[in-house]
Order: sequence, then C-alpha cells, then structure tokens
Amino acid sequence: MDVDLALVLTTLARALAFSTPLLWAALGEIVVERAGVVNLGVEGMMILGALAGFVVAQSSGDPWLGLAAATAAGVAAAAVHGLLAVVLRANQYVSGLALTIFGLGLTGLIGRGWVGRPLRNPMEFVDLPLLASVPLLGPAFFQGQYVLSWLGLLAAVVLWFVLHHTRLGLVVRSVGENPAAADAAGVRVLWVRFLAVTFGGAMAGVAGGFLSLAYRPSWGQGMTNGLGWIALALAIFALWDPLRAIFAALLFGALFTLSFSLQEFFAPQLLTMMPYLFTILALAITAVRKGAGAFGAPEALGEPYARGRR
Amino acid sequence: MNGLRIERRGAPSAALVWGVSLGAVAVAMLGTGLLFAAFGVAPLEAARVIVERTILDARGASEVVRRAIPLMLAGVGLTLAFRARFWNIGAEGQLLIGAVAAAGVALFVDLPGVLTIPAMFVVGFLAAAAWGLGPALLKVRLGVNEIITTLMLNYVAIYLVRWLVNGPWKGSSLSGFAYSDRFDAAAILPTIGTTRLHWPTLVLAVLAAVAVAWLLARTRFGFEVRMMGESPEAARYAGVDFFRTTLILVLVSAGAAGLAGVGEVAGIHHRLVDPGSLSIGYGYTAIIVALLARRNALAALVTALFLGWVAASGDVMQVALRLPSQITGVVQGLVLLCIIAAEPILEYRLVRAPRRAATPPDAAGPEAT
Repeated sequence: MDVDLALVLTTLARALAFSTPLLWAALGEIVVERAGVVNLGVEGMMILGALAGFVVAQSSGDPWLGLAAATAAGVAAAAVHGLLAVVLRANQYVSGLALTIFGLGLTGLIGRGWVGRPLRNPMEFVDLPLLASVPLLGPAFFQGQYVLSWLGLLAAVVLWFVLHHTRLGLVVRSVGENPAAADAAGVRVLWVRFLAVTFGGAMAGVAGGFLSLAYRPSWGQGMTNGLGWIALALAIFALWDPLRAIFAALLFGALFTLSFSLQEFFAPQLLTMMPYLFTILALAITAVRKGAGAFGAPEALGEPYARGRR
Repeated sequence: MNGLRIERRGAPSAALVWGVSLGAVAVAMLGTGLLFAAFGVAPLEAARVIVERTILDARGASEVVRRAIPLMLAGVGLTLAFRARFWNIGAEGQLLIGAVAAAGVALFVDLPGVLTIPAMFVVGFLAAAAWGLGPALLKVRLGVNEIITTLMLNYVAIYLVRWLVNGPWKGSSLSGFAYSDRFDAAAILPTIGTTRLHWPTLVLAVLAAVAVAWLLARTRFGFEVRMMGESPEAARYAGVDFFRTTLILVLVSAGAAGLAGVGEVAGIHHRLVDPGSLSIGYGYTAIIVALLARRNALAALVTALFLGWVAASGDVMQVALRLPSQITGVVQGLVLLCIIAAEPILEYRLVRAPRRAATPPDAAGPEAT
C-alpha cells in the first residue's frame, strides 16, 4: 500500500515537470486563439526560445538571463507571424507553419556548435517552503520541482482571471468572437490581435527555455520534438480555458510518465509514440464530448479581419 | 493618402502569379546570400560553385532530379488536398509508411521477380492511404483539426520505422547502424547509368501530376474538390458529399506520398533505413512545393525541381563550401516566408483614386480606404 502511494506521488511529481512546457505553450496559444488567431508556429517559437535561452545561459552563466532571452526570441518570432497573419492577412495556417519550418532550420544552423554540451549552470530542483510539508500534495507537487513549474500553474490562474474577469480579457475575447463588433466599439482589433500573438510567443519562448535550461539542460537540434504541436492540441482539449489547461497538461504528463513504467513490456521507440497518440485521442474525445461542430471555439478563429468585409 | 488606395483585385493573371512567385524566390535567394556572407563565404562565389556543380554538371543535375522525385510525388498529392483546404501536414509520415510497406513486400513476400516492384508501389500506396484515413475520418466525422492529427502521425511513423529497424526487421548481417537486410535485386529500381536517378519513379511522378491535374480540371470529383475549397457553403448547398470527396482526396494525397517512400527505399537505399536518412524532411518540403505551385499539380513538378535543387545545393554547400548542411532548412523556411509575404500583392492592388470626402479615419490596418 505504501509502495503504491509512493508510486502515485512520484508519478504526479514527474508529471508536473513533463507538463510544464506544455502548459506554458498551451496557455500562450489559448490567449492567441481567444483573440481569433491560430498560430501553428508554436513549435518554431519554442525551439528558437530553447536555443536562445541555452546560448545566453551558457555564455552568461545565469539561467534566468537565458530565460529572458528565450522569451525575447519567442516574441520576435511571433512578431513575424503577427505581421504576416494579422497585419498582412496572410493565411494563418501557412504563416505559422512557415515559422515552424524556418525556426527548426535556423536553430539547426545556429545551434550546430552548441550540440552536446551540458549547460554549466542549469535551473535546479527546489522545495517550495510551507507547501512542501503538506502531506500528499507536498511530495506530489511542491518538493523537488522547478520554479517554472509553479509559475506555470500560477500563470494559468492569473490568465483565467484576466480572460474572464477583467476588461482586458473582455477586449481580447471580443476580438476573437466578433471582431466587427469590437471594432465598432472602438477596439483596435489588429493591435489587440498582434499583441496577443506576441504574448503567445513569449509563453512559447518560456516553454522552450524550460526545456533547454531545466528539463534537459543542454541543446539538441529539434529538441522540442513536437511538444509545440502537442501544446496546440492541448489548447483545444482544454476548450480554450486556462484552468482546464492545468488539468489537461497534468493528465498528459501523468499518461506519459506512466507509459514509461511499461518499459519492460514495450520497446522504447513504441513508448515514445505515446504522447503523440494521446494527443490524437484527446482531440477525438474533445470532439465526441462536444458534438461535431460546436466546440466552444472562438467564433472568428482563423479568420483575418479587415474592416468592411466579412 | 495622395489619392492612392488599396483595393481587392480579381483573379490575378498568370504572368503576375509567376512574377510574384519568382520575385519571392529571388528575395529568399538574396537572404541566402546574406547568410553565406555571415558564414564568411562570398555569395557570388558560392552561387558560382553551386550552379557549376548542380546544373552545369551532369551528375550534379541528376542529383537535383533525384531529390526532386519524392518532392514531386508528395507535392502533387498535397496540391490536391490543399485545393479542398484539407491541410495534410502528414506527408512525411505517409512517405515513411509507404517505405515500410514496400520494404515489407521486398523482405518478406515471395513474388515472381517482375511483380515485385509493381507490388511494392501498390502496397506502398495503399498503406500510406490507410495511414491518412484516420485523420480524414476524424475530420469529416468529428471535425477534428487535421493539421494536428496528420502531424502527430508523422512522429508515430518515425518511431515505428525506428522500432522496425532496431527490432523486428533489424538486418542479420549488420552491426552498428540500424537498418534492415538488403532487398533482393528484383526489388531494386533501375537507375540511369551510374547516377541515383531511379527513373521509373520519376515517370510515375509525372503521370501522377498529369492525373491529378486532369482529375481537378475535368472530372466531377475535381469540381467538387475545388468547390469545397473555394466555397464550402456553396458546396454544401450544391449537395457535394463532403465525406466521400474528402476521403477520396486524402487517400490519393497520402497514397502519392507513399509512392515517394517506395521510390526512396527501392531506388536509393535498397533497404529500410533510419527515418532520418530515409527522408530528409521531404514531406515537409513538399508542403512548400505545393504552396509555391499555388496548388497546381503540373506546376508542382517545376517547384519540386526547384526545391530539389535547393536540397542538392545543400549537399554541394556541405562538401565544396564547408557550410553546415542545416542551411538547406533555413533556405526552405525563407522561401516559404517570402511566398506568404508576397501573397497580398496577388490579392490587393494599389490604384489611383480621387480622394473621397467622407473617408473615415482608419486606425487599424493597411487598407487605407
């Protein structure tokens, strides 16, 4: 019995670490999509963040400076998407995809010399004072975790509050639901959308930074390995709700961690497939639960806005 | 502003489309030149070396074409899917599955020699089509976003191949590298001379492009596909069977990518190899091929040659100029970004117009009405 409990607690603890990059990136995408824009460039922004974070942290010795660089890289990449998809009204799908392809290519090129060198001063596990000693919850979530994991949970709560209970949140949602009405009400639609996209970039940058500064403190070409895409799916799975995103991300983390306890029975390559299959499954479940069509997605999601045109 | 305004134009002329596309590519090449300079290679000198070794040299030219073959097949398939706005991002995985199926036939099925190659292509097509079936069904039945599902299956396919070559299909006589046993001679495609140009696949690619172009332009199915893409509402109203049409177009699109995979194992590697060597991201590059071709199947043959040239140039850069191979990925990304950025030129035009009196000030957006 004790052993089982310990196993559950370790699984939860590992799940939190695994879910952290997913949560950060998914939260960013939730805001972007709430504003009516799809950004398929999450993977690209994440990988740029991961490399920028690693290079700056390795050169300066300060992982938090690295995190700032990761955030900035995410913002810069997102600004490209904002320019193309929001301002120039290019196809949002194609623009995001281009960003991902470009990001993976560029980081592969620039990061060549940094491959295989461990980060000299990575982010460490810490215990959260007070909460760490709470029975059950403490060992599961508050002992030996990365600070960014807790900040991610905090960010989810803050974003939920902002989106649903503040004027700013109303503005963001109005731009995603009915941009024409928002425009008529004096909201600067393109600006709000552009800023939402850059915010999503910042969050994806943090997610990438977490990978190269904490989770796997090193740089490897293509090290995001589809996590950005999984985060995109999580945003849908969570029905664009930041609080639901916490549970969605933790569920993913737990499933992923558990699948590795099956190591004795399956080849490692087959286990690595799991998160990708879970993602498809999660999307299918979301669709079945909500009924085809009515997803609760932002009404104007994916539609460029131009005044005087539907 | 000075009596100029931006308005939406009708369908752009073919000359404008080609001009803008070439312009976008030229800008991307300029960006590549800057990249060369950043790596301490004189851009013009680099261009000269690349042209000499890819276009002016027979063997180099054959490499361009052989790189273009999988891009043609996968790209032609994607033009069909993209026409109906089915965003199939899964060509990479579909290509790998085609390769797996072909390798399965080559390694484990005893067939009369002449039938082996045709069987590999048929089975590769069918397996890849089946791989595309899941996302298609999820999309038409449940409305699940096909971009994410097709992309997720790419990773699944990569790990499936990796598992096969490291596990059940691991070659008996080999150690170190993970790959399957070598195919029998009957399962190996002929090439032109000593090059790696497996011409039967090239012929297949051209036939596929003609077939898809014909399907789109001349058949009821093609009409339905175009209608679904251009005006889903009208298509629904006209009674287009979305389920059937989507299913067919995805099967063809995925199957074509599968054929590309068959060509790679039967024409180049002659065994199932690690997914990283089997495909250098052909499935993703094929997306650029299809978009640059503006979803026109015949034009995809040309754009595939262009991106095949970019890939072959990557090899030259690595060998002759000592530049990192990863430059290819950046060039591809640049090309794609430039095409998208040029898109508004095709959709809008600047016209001289008398200033109107009651013009509302426009705070948001470039459209200065």
